[in-house]
Amino acid sequence: MTDKTLKGGLRRREFLATGAAALGLGVTGFPSVLRAQAAPVKIGLIHPVSGFIAFSGTQCREGAMMAIADINAAGGIKSMGGAKVEAVLADSQGKPEIGAAEVTKMAEAGIDGIVAGYASSISLATSQEAAKTNTPHVVDVGVSDQIVQRGLANTFRFGPGYGKIAEFAVDNLDTINKAAGSPAKTAMIIHEESLFGTGTAGLLSKRLPERGIEVIDVIKHANPTRDFTNIVLQIKSQKPDLIIPANYYNEYVLLARTMRQQRIEAKGIYSVLGGAASNYKFVNEFPEAADLIMDCNHWFNPKSDVALERKTAAEAKGLIYTYEVFLAYNAVLGLVDAIERAGSTDKDAVNAALAASEMDMSYMPYGATKMVDGQNAGAQPVNTQVQNGDIEVIFPAEFASAETVFPMGG
Amino acid sequence: MPDMAIIVPSVLNGLTTGALYALVALGLTLIYGVLHIINFAHGALLMLGLYAVYYLNVQFGIDPYVALLIVPPGMFALGYALQRGIIGRASHGRDENILLVTLGLAIVIENLSLFLFKSDTRIVDVPYGFQVVEIFGAFLPLPKVVAFAGALITAALLWLIMSKTDLGRAIRALAKERKGAQLVGIDVEHVFAMSFGLGIACLGVAACLLLPSYYVNPQVGHGFVLIAFTIVVLGGMGSFVGALLGGLIIGVVEALGGLFFGESLGQLGIFLIFILVLVFRPTGLLGHKV
Repeated sequence: MTDKTLKGGLRRREFLATGAAALGLGVTGFPSVLRAQAAPVKIGLIHPVSGFIAFSGTQCREGAMMAIADINAAGGIKSMGGAKVEAVLADSQGKPEIGAAEVTKMAEAGIDGIVAGYASSISLATSQEAAKTNTPHVVDVGVSDQIVQRGLANTFRFGPGYGKIAEFAVDNLDTINKAAGSPAKTAMIIHEESLFGTGTAGLLSKRLPERGIEVIDVIKHANPTRDFTNIVLQIKSQKPDLIIPANYYNEYVLLARTMRQQRIEAKGIYSVLGGAASNYKFVNEFPEAADLIMDCNHWFNPKSDVALERKTAAEAKGLIYTYEVFLAYNAVLGLVDAIERAGSTDKDAVNAALAASEMDMSYMPYGATKMVDGQNAGAQPVNTQVQNGDIEVIFPAEFASAETVFPMGG
Repeated sequence: MPDMAIIVPSVLNGLTTGALYALVALGLTLIYGVLHIINFAHGALLMLGLYAVYYLNVQFGIDPYVALLIVPPGMFALGYALQRGIIGRASHGRDENILLVTLGLAIVIENLSLFLFKSDTRIVDVPYGFQVVEIFGAFLPLPKVVAFAGALITAALLWLIMSKTDLGRAIRALAKERKGAQLVGIDVEHVFAMSFGLGIACLGVAACLLLPSYYVNPQVGHGFVLIAFTIVVLGGMGSFVGALLGGLIIGVVEALGGLFFGESLGQLGIFLIFILVLVFRPTGLLGHKV
């Protein structure tokens, strides 16, 4: 029995002897080698990869994993002896309480930082839970302003928040309209009934009249809505100049399709964070229905080579380059940059480094990175428009890749 | 108050949407009404059918309507196998077991789909996707008009099978008196599986007719299954004409409800009907008293 041969032909006794020797050498002979093999830095990625927002959650995870792969390929965290970054994955299933429970588990297992959680509601829960252990937490997408308004010292966001996006959307719509000689005088808002759609509708119906655009009707619909004909018939009878949808992807697809079937002619279709109008999938599958739709959303800087390289790399992996991918990528980059500058995974030091972050994010259409209460004050959305089967940035001018076409058909 | 220019198209559209609901409900009424199997996996199996149509189109360029020759027979085989291999075996003849087995099947199918197909929402681009038919000044999408006709034909076919063929007679005999059916030499397991297969084949038809105007993702079945149960109850369990009628009524109620009470309350009407039917006419519109 003692002569049992192990894989590779090593006998058991030889194996034990070699192992002991190696161990002895390791401890006494090559301490410097041991130190160079720095312990990996563990980053928790909590995303809704199952459940009703699984597509977005999976996109986020892919983006974050790409960032980690790129960081490790570039030599890991240099200030920590080239420590590799290791992802610890968790699924929130689209539920805040499960997201929070995953944070607890990770904190107990000694996580160094967390990137979460796509939806605002989940991000609110995960960051609050992480705050109990002071674990650095970067929110990738969740746009709710509340996320960074609770005074949590561990919570940071590199992307723009909702308030800023909405302001920007109204201002830019006004600018686009005035530049074309103010053809849009009326608007109809079609929104889904959760916080996102209702909030957007409420804000726009208050702010648009101040800019001379009358909101003639606001139509709320459930998720899922299986048929949009009624809504589109109402649009048809009221003939608004602008149609403003605020809904999730499935409903957006049906709405856009029905509008085309019912031959709706508006001067413009303008969304705020309206998934489909900034989504290559929609544009590729429905080039005609998508044409000239405008959106105010997260986007990359189309003039940055780094951004375009990352887009190519993501597409080479078979990914659709949606905002979830690059926002999660950036969130990981921001967190690792802070650990790099802190030179350790000490939570206070990393949080302080995050708060002082001035990371170069020129691959995004942002101003200089500056954290104010955990929010990157330089972050902003852009206006995009579908033109000739591609998504172009039309505003602000410094990032624009194409001229605005407005009004449609005019 | 919406004017007639909206109400007429809305009702017509409600009828076409209702026909699609009826298609989903037809299979359910066969399984639920005749065999007394509460098939919780109905939505998940519809989703599988939709994926089959989707991949046939994307991978092999097969039009969803041509897929009618492939998907319903495939779904029939799947249904037959499921009933014989899993549901029948695991149920041991007890209804509460069947309920749990189909629920378990639904969970397994949905999560496997999530794993295999990812959670993207997918749509097929067919040349007639945006074509419309003009009826009374209303633009009705061509795929929905086809689905309307398809639902009528499918209901008629099912009725023919049930009333004119030996299989139909066997299914009805089994539904009425299981022991008696066994005594006259009906192979109970086989007929059960045939009925289940037929019910699932209806989902295959529904999938082929639905996809040109709809989308597919692993959660897509949820939106249909509750409506289908309502239709089955409304129409009378086991009644195909009832399911068709129920589907059309639900479609119109949903459309008008949305128009008058706002889209997010439109579905309220459906479930109000459900409750009213249960209270005042529990056998449904065309159901028979037990």
